[in-house]
Amino acid sequence: MEFLTYFGDVFTVPAMLLLIGGTIGGLILGATPGLSPTMAVALLIPFTFQLEAVHGLILLGAAYTSTVAGGAVSAILLKIPGAPANIATTLDGYEMARRGQGARALQLAFLASLVGGLIGVALLIFLTPVLAEWALAFGPSELFWLAILGVTIIGSLGTSSVVKGLLSGCIGLWLATVGFDDILGVQRFVFHSSLSGGISIVPALIGLFAIPQVIAMFADGRSSSSIEAISVERHPLSRAFRELLSRSRAVVIGTVSGSVIGLIPGIGGQIAGLVAYDQARKVSPERDKFGTGHPEGIIAAESANNAMVGPSLVPLLTLSIPGSPTAAVLLGGLLIHGIFPGTDLFDNHPHVAWPFINSMLIGQILMCVFGLYVASLAARVALVPKSIMAPIVLGLAVFGSYSVQHSMGDVYVMAALGTMMYFLERFGFSAAPLVLGLILGPIAESNFIQGSLIAEATVGSFAYFFGGALNLLLIAIVVASVGYSLYAELRARRAGNAERGTP
Amino acid sequence: MTALQPRLASGIILLLAIWVCWISFSQIPAEAFLFPRLISVAFVILAGWTLARTFLDRRAAEGGITRELVKNFLPGVVVAGIYVFFAAKWLGFYTSSAIAFIVILSLFDPAPHNQVRTWLKRLAIAAGYLAVMYLLFSVVLKVFTPRGLFI
Repeated sequence: MEFLTYFGDVFTVPAMLLLIGGTIGGLILGATPGLSPTMAVALLIPFTFQLEAVHGLILLGAAYTSTVAGGAVSAILLKIPGAPANIATTLDGYEMARRGQGARALQLAFLASLVGGLIGVALLIFLTPVLAEWALAFGPSELFWLAILGVTIIGSLGTSSVVKGLLSGCIGLWLATVGFDDILGVQRFVFHSSLSGGISIVPALIGLFAIPQVIAMFADGRSSSSIEAISVERHPLSRAFRELLSRSRAVVIGTVSGSVIGLIPGIGGQIAGLVAYDQARKVSPERDKFGTGHPEGIIAAESANNAMVGPSLVPLLTLSIPGSPTAAVLLGGLLIHGIFPGTDLFDNHPHVAWPFINSMLIGQILMCVFGLYVASLAARVALVPKSIMAPIVLGLAVFGSYSVQHSMGDVYVMAALGTMMYFLERFGFSAAPLVLGLILGPIAESNFIQGSLIAEATVGSFAYFFGGALNLLLIAIVVASVGYSLYAELRARRAGNAERGTP
Repeated sequence: MTALQPRLASGIILLLAIWVCWISFSQIPAEAFLFPRLISVAFVILAGWTLARTFLDRRAAEGGITRELVKNFLPGVVVAGIYVFFAAKWLGFYTSSAIAFIVILSLFDPAPHNQVRTWLKRLAIAAGYLAVMYLLFSVVLKVFTPRGLFI
């Protein structure tokens, strides 16, 4: 119950102002199609440099929580999911809004998000210290395998092509080696002076997540939006609350699905809503109504999306393995404030870790309260044309990259990586494993070198890295995740071939 | 869309992987390149596999960039490139941001260019954007931004 000791730290003036600002800003950014939660959090990191670590993390946590929920606004009122996680919400939410039940749909979405989010953060509170203690058993070899596991699991499970996912992870691991070697001080792969200090995480994160979206906005050309936000009628909140209680089955399915998926490193929230929606439909006696404006569809999807947020931080805060791409960006936010996940976080920085986690609990409540009131405004902001949105994001990306070290070199790296990522995405590659490789690369390398030195003096490299129960368990998970993903991809390809009648 | 683009993209990645591998195994001191050696082997194998799949599996050779897409994004990318690589440092962050904002807005705004009202609206939006950026970065956060001939 250590978290209770630090509960008061959230209720200070600066913390509450940042929490409220982050929540409202996150709701609006989340509702804006084309601005993913990952990109929103990446663009916010530079704003935290001036803040104390705890306040910076509170801001990022609030943005993470509310961007996920904010995506429901545009999903319901515009039929455009604010983020991929809100795809399932669109199916029934927009139909309800079209029938004049937009307010009811939004209230159900935010109340379901609140329930799922609170339970998800409760899991984060109770599981994290236990797993952090368990992480003490990890030596250099285990930490090396853990970093490799982080890259391979997101590369294999979190992408449509296993090989391309793993290749993206490899590119990230290589990019992490650019610059000076930590032990001997040797320059590696420095083919431009901008890279002499290595690739900074924040400009890389901004470039990899923001620039492809800017170019994608350009690629839409001079199109005028024909989308109109559906106006929201009044609906008593108490009635929505009673309806949520009466549809508790969908809440339970969504919360359990989201929590479990969030805990699995690398999978993230993009599929949580869809899995919960599918499960809720399967067990519902009214399954035929799903897709036609059925409240249970919204409830299951949104409770899952927000239930995923807390658990996705459990592997991050204990083992340095982010549960979702946005959690990977949060890891970058932690590292630039000199805070390392694991036992160090709870033993040496409890005044940072616990207020941050507690703020996410309060943030869920604020998200629900503000979400219900700013939904209409957020929907209008979501209609801001891409011709305005693109230069705004570009300007923020330049500012964000420059502000890290006041170096134009970082801005060039950001732009080059972002442009490269746009083209890679066009060929089926994904940014998430690349980012994981970039973030976990230094952890993998330092532990590999330390492990090699220990191994030379003791049992030899093979016995050191491939011996011991924990090493074997981690290697088995790496092999299983890659093997399962290859099998699933092969099966899907065969099913596709059978449908098309090709061998 | 032909299979040429994915093959070309995979080929470039394979060449990069081979270069990384060659550097890792040829540079000294070898101790500084232990980890790059490890990952470069996986890098080459995966890149080779990806390229091979574009020849063996038709669906692996999908994806790419159409002429229409290039025609749409190229003007924006060129302006963004000039802004990021030259103007921000030469003119200063706020000045170059304002110019880039107006140019990009004009390029992608579907409103007709020959109306004074359209241009007044664009200038007003750009001025508002600049004011918010200046207030946020220079007044509230007090952070440094790139400076050149102007601010």
